[in-house]
Parts: sequence; structure tokens; C-alpha cells
Amino acid sequence: MLSYIKRKLSESDSVANSSSNSNSNGSTTAAELVRKTSQMSLDNGAIAYGEDALLHELGYRNATDLQETIYDLLRTIRDPEKPCTLEDLNVIYEDGIFVMQPTRSNVSVVRIEFNPTVPHCSLATLIGLCIRVKVERGLPHNIKLDIYIKKGAHQTEEEINKQINDKERIAAAMENPNLRELVENCIKDEE
Amino acid sequence: MGRLILEHTLQGHKGRIWGVAWHPKGNSFASCGEDKAIRVWSLSGNSWSTKTILSDGHKRTIREVRWSPCGEYLASASFDATTAIWSKHECNATLEGHENEVKSVSWSRSGGLLATCSRDKSVWIWEVAGDDEFECAAVLNAHTQDVKRVVWHPKLEILASASYDNTIKMFAESALDSDWDCTATLSSHTSTVWSIDFDADGDRLVSCSDDATLKIWRAYPPGNEAGIATPDKTTVWKCVCTIAGQHSRAIYDVSWCKLTGLIASACGDDGIRIFKETSDSKRDEPTFELLTTEESAHEQDVNAVEWNPVTPGQLISCSDDGTIKIWKLSE
Repeated sequence: MLSYIKRKLSESDSVANSSSNSNSNGSTTAAELVRKTSQMSLDNGAIAYGEDALLHELGYRNATDLQETIYDLLRTIRDPEKPCTLEDLNVIYEDGIFVMQPTRSNVSVVRIEFNPTVPHCSLATLIGLCIRVKVERGLPHNIKLDIYIKKGAHQTEEEINKQINDKERIAAAMENPNLRELVENCIKDEE
Repeated sequence: MGRLILEHTLQGHKGRIWGVAWHPKGNSFASCGEDKAIRVWSLSGNSWSTKTILSDGHKRTIREVRWSPCGEYLASASFDATTAIWSKHECNATLEGHENEVKSVSWSRSGGLLATCSRDKSVWIWEVAGDDEFECAAVLNAHTQDVKRVVWHPKLEILASASYDNTIKMFAESALDSDWDCTATLSSHTSTVWSIDFDADGDRLVSCSDDATLKIWRAYPPGNEAGIATPDKTTVWKCVCTIAGQHSRAIYDVSWCKLTGLIASACGDDGIRIFKETSDSKRDEPTFELLTTEESAHEQDVNAVEWNPVTPGQLISCSDDGTIKIWKLSE
């Protein structure tokens, strides 16, 4: 995980500044150190430990910062039917994003809850799919996502929850050209 | 305590790797994934390299590959709703019939039967009628949801299937009318059963689930010593052990080593775990201990694990991180 992030960071560094000396064994670059140091100072010099250490490693100040980053990705998703965003419709809300305890392999775990506009909403599965794809593509690091419908907000809540957290079904859905086009249209950034 | 030692990390596929399968000789293996290609790897000197790439057989993700027991044929199951049979780098046959994604394929011990399963909730049994001829022998609609995995018994013509409907089912051909019937339904998991594997004799089965547990099941045939009732004179399967609290996310695959009796699991928390039956384990109440955990075995979900059928303690794994890893267990 660490090496992955460092590789990604060094890749982006090398794009930004091709003349910078890339450290041969892939250890922390000077630019990254500066960035990290500045973040530490924002935290009033608090020493990072446990979950915070992971978040700092990923470039977040704290759990709220990760939560806000994910919310920013999700708020602009367009509703599949109405000319509104999920934020406009209160389908997505910041309080519905929970940063959980990371895995034992030290990967962030985030639970996202959403509230379909009507309890028989036929597009809840599609919305769940959009949420997953947008977050997985939008974050530059690995993350474990659990996506759920707000408790009691849908007639077939359990059925949909199971479906939108089944990675095999998600993978197959994204290979279906029609479904994929629907998702892409909902999650593309406004020009 | 044992330890998993990483021997090789292999790259080649683009994107997520769904499946790996050892050749029965244990000196080569096949892999498949979302790049719609099958790679056949073999050991030359001290390194593993891709010997063959089989492409153009499938239009979508290849979910699983399996070698025939003779090692001559390779079967691939794809999200494009077909199963392909390969021999000597050529696609010999394409089996059509499932309505949507084929998720798993398995050869019977004799190599004379092939089973496939799909999101369409059905399990199909095919008779191998010739080099490139396969005849559908049965379409089994016993499950109420997607069927995730099919695995043949290591000695008998009994098929086990695992499903999104949280159950495992056993199928056998009836002696009376030679129809394939569901002979047992194994219920205990509380979510999708992702994978199953028999032990060497086929008296026991291990299953892994989205509920983050492993379960061990034992077969109780008519007239069993334990005195377990067998209605209709059919073998009853009972859950005799649940391994809970060891995995933190869905478990996607499990492999029961036919040589050592060790169980390996592939988990959505990026870890690989090895379990060993304890020395004081009882026949009807077996106990297993965690031998070792490789918590960051991969950078993302581990999708499959399989013990080498010839070299004891050698394990292969593949992941969403696009790598294949070969491990050696040191006890």
C-alpha cells in the first residue's frame, strides 16, 4: 500500500518536475516531505498515530478531510432522471459518509449511506453504482467502500444493498454498454 | 507458527485478475481477468513467464479458468455468457446456453463431464462427447439467485454449487431415471457463498462467504456411525465448524490442499490466511487453528488462491491489484 502511494506520488512528481532527482529506492521525495511537513504544522504538531497516520500518509489532514473529499466527488453526480444533482435532491449528504476503522492491511474503509427520493425508487441500484464508480475513480489511492441505502428508506433495501456491494455483479454491470453509458452520463464532470 | 514466503510477483494482465488455476502437473498455471485474455505461465530456470496468451475467445471479462484432469484442455468461463474450451492454443469449442455471465466452470474427476453456472441462476452439466463436442446433459434450476461457483467432488460424480442465495447445493445423477437431482441444500451462511472446495477424500467441504466466515461441512451417508438421520437414504451434509472472527471482509476464495490438508483463504481485506486442523480435532466437531496471516498479501482484494496439486506448500494468488503471487509456506 505504502509503496503504491509512493510510486503514484513519485509518478506525479516526475510529471510535474522532470528534472527533480528521483530517489533510486523510491523513498520519500523532497517535495513530498515539504508537503507532509506543512500538513503536520496544520495539525499543531500533533504526532500522527494509528488511523490518523494512514490518513496523513494518504495526504489527508484527518477523517473529516477524507469525508469532505468523498462528498465533493459525490455531490455533483446527476440524478438519472431529474435535471438535478444528488446533493440537490438530498440523496447524498455529508453525514452519510463514515470513515471506518482501516483494514488490518491498513487500507481506508469508508461507508457511504444514501437516501433514495422515494421508497420504491427503481433507480437506487444505478445510483449505488454511480457512487462506487465515482469514488473509486476519483481517489488516487485504494479504498474499501461499503455502500448502503439509508435504513428504512427503500422497500427492497436489503436486496439492493447486497447487489451494490457484490463486486462481481458491479464488474459485470460496468461491462454492459447500456448500463455503462448511463453511469458515465451521471458521473461525468460538467464542462 | 508458519509463515508465507513470497517467491514471485508476476505482472502481465491489464487490470483486475479474477482467476488462477494450476495445471494438474503443477509446473504451469493459467490466469484470467478483465483484460479478456488467458495467460499460460510456466517456470523456466528460476522465473515464471507467460508462455502463451489466448485472446479473441471472449468479448467480456474471463471469470474463471480450469484445466481438465488430463491437462490437455482448458475451460474458460466468461461474462460474455459463453464457456470456451481450449486445446493447444486454439479455441476448440464455445458452449452457449446461459442467458448471461458464466461465473464458474469445473471438470469432473474423469474429465467426462463439465459443469458451468451463471447469474441466470442455473447450473448446466455438459457431457464431453468428443474432442470438440459437448452435449448438454442437464439444466439445474435449484438455486433462487446467481450461482457463483461449481466444483466437482474429487472422487464421485457429485457436483457442489455455491450461490448468492446464501446456500450450497449438491447434485447427483439419479440411478432410477438418470436425471440430475439436487440431493442436498447446505444452509448456514448469512450472505453470498463465494467459493467452495472439497478435501482430498471428498468427505468434507469448506465454504467461504460474504459473511466473513469459513464453514466446514461433513457428509453423513446412510448408515453413518454418528447416527445422523438420512431421510430418503441420501447423504446429509452438516456444518461441523464455523471459523469466524478471523476475516474482516468478504472471503472470495478458499482452497483445501489435497496434499497437506491445509486451508488457504483469499479475502477482500487484501489478506491470505492459512488454517490447519488441530491435533486434537474431533471427527464430528473438528477444530482449526490459524497458522499464519499475510495481512497485506496484495494491495487490493485477493480474488483467488489455489494450492499447487504436486508441490506441497506452494500457493498461488491473484488480485484486483493486477498481480499474481506465488508463495511458499514454511512451517
